[in-house]
This record gives sequence, structure tokens and C-alpha cells, in this order.
Amino acid sequence: MDDHRKSAAALDEARLRQQAIGVKLRQMFDEVVNEPVPDEFLDILRKADAPASGQ
Amino acid sequence: MAETEIQVGRSPVDPPRDRVFKTELVTLIPHLRAFARTLTGDPTAADDLAQDAMMKAWDARASFQLGTNMKAWTFMILRNQFYSEKRKSWRQSQLDQEAAERTLVAVDNPEAPVALDELRLGLCMLPAEQREALILVGAGGFAYEEAAEICGCAVGTVKSRVSRARRALQAILDAGAYDRDGRSAGDAMGAILADAERLSALR
Repeated sequence: MDDHRKSAAALDEARLRQQAIGVKLRQMFDEVVNEPVPDEFLDILRKADAPASGQ
Repeated sequence: MAETEIQVGRSPVDPPRDRVFKTELVTLIPHLRAFARTLTGDPTAADDLAQDAMMKAWDARASFQLGTNMKAWTFMILRNQFYSEKRKSWRQSQLDQEAAERTLVAVDNPEAPVALDELRLGLCMLPAEQREALILVGAGGFAYEEAAEICGCAVGTVKSRVSRARRALQAILDAGAYDRDGRSAGDAMGAILADAERLSALR
């Protein structure tokens, strides 16, 4: 009896969790997207630039 | 680690086109970092990977058709880079186990329905091809078709990987919720990994 109630509740929770996972997944990804880009990236790209154009 | 030699200025020069390319490439850096972070599970390794991918894209800029999907193109480069490095030096199981253990230590918010740390832990434990499919479609904003192109597989394969990933992740997170009160992290890891393996093998 207890087990039944528990598994029904678990199913409901599972459904909610599945939605929450989607939201959190995007949140996790966007968290990194919104971080400031380390200078290193632009430095490397700048160095790879046409050497003649300077700066 | 120190083998990021960059060939300076060996490509044929086309300044206006290069400028356009570069501007767009720069806007993609944050996305490349995020994708790399989810693949490696480690911020430092992720930035190394993202930088390598960025430079590979830059070096290959002549082969890119301006106006087509540069995000998908660079993600494909990053992904290829990731797997070629992994083949060289990493053992999948080691990587996953280490990353998962590192993350498990950080799980400390029993209140939240899905804590971000739990999610990271769960992602680390998914097979790589499921993880990337879920990330591309569920977080990266790619259509199944684009994700299939990035991963070099059929659209149906991506769909099935995404759905398996969702199910396995759910199971991992549920198991994590039980295991937090009581058993040791090591036991929990074993149980979770076994569960994840069983679930991802289904179907």
C-alpha cells in the first residue's frame, strides 16, 4: 500500500523533474554562454590575424 | 597541453572576408565554450578545447561558405576535435568517473528539485553520444537535423539518443536523490552508474 503510494508519487515527481531537467539544461548552458569570454581567446585570434596588418 | 602551436598568417589573405568571418566567429566563442564545457565537464579542459576549435575554424575559414550556419560548422569542428583528442589520450570511463566524482562532492542542495550540480553530475555519467545529442537539441538550440549534421549521424539516431539521454538522466537524478541521505559517495556512484548503463542499454 505504502509502496503503491510511493511509486505513484514518484511517477508524478518524475514527470515534473523531466520538465525541470529541460529548463536546467538550458540554464546550465546559458550560464556559460553568459560568462565573459577570457581574454586569451581574443588574444589568440588576434595573433593569428594577418601579421602584416599589425596591432 | 603545450602543443597548441598556431601557424601565423599562412592562409591566403582576404581582409574583408576575413573580417566578416572573424566577427561572426567571435560571437560564437561563448557558445563554443559552453558546448566544450558540457563535453569535457571541466572548465579548463573546456577552454583549451574551445580555443583549439576556434583556431581550427579560423585556419579553415577559406572552406567556410559565408552565410551558411557557422554555429553548426564550428560546433562540428569542436566536436571532432574533442573526439580526436579523446581517442589519443583519454579513456572514456576514466574521464566520466573522475568528472562525476568531482561533481558529486559539490552536490549539496537537497531542496532543489533539480540542482545544477546534480544535472552536471548526471550529464557526466551519460554516454558521450547521448550527452552531446541532448545538449545540442535541449540547450544549444539546434534542430534535430542540425544536430545530426554536427554529429555526423542520421536524424533518427539523434532523436533516439536524445530520448534515451532524457530517460537515463531522469533515472540518474532520481537515484541521486535517494542516495544523498545515507550511503557513501562511492556506493552511490556505483549504483548510479550501473543504473545509467542499464537504462541506456534498453531499447
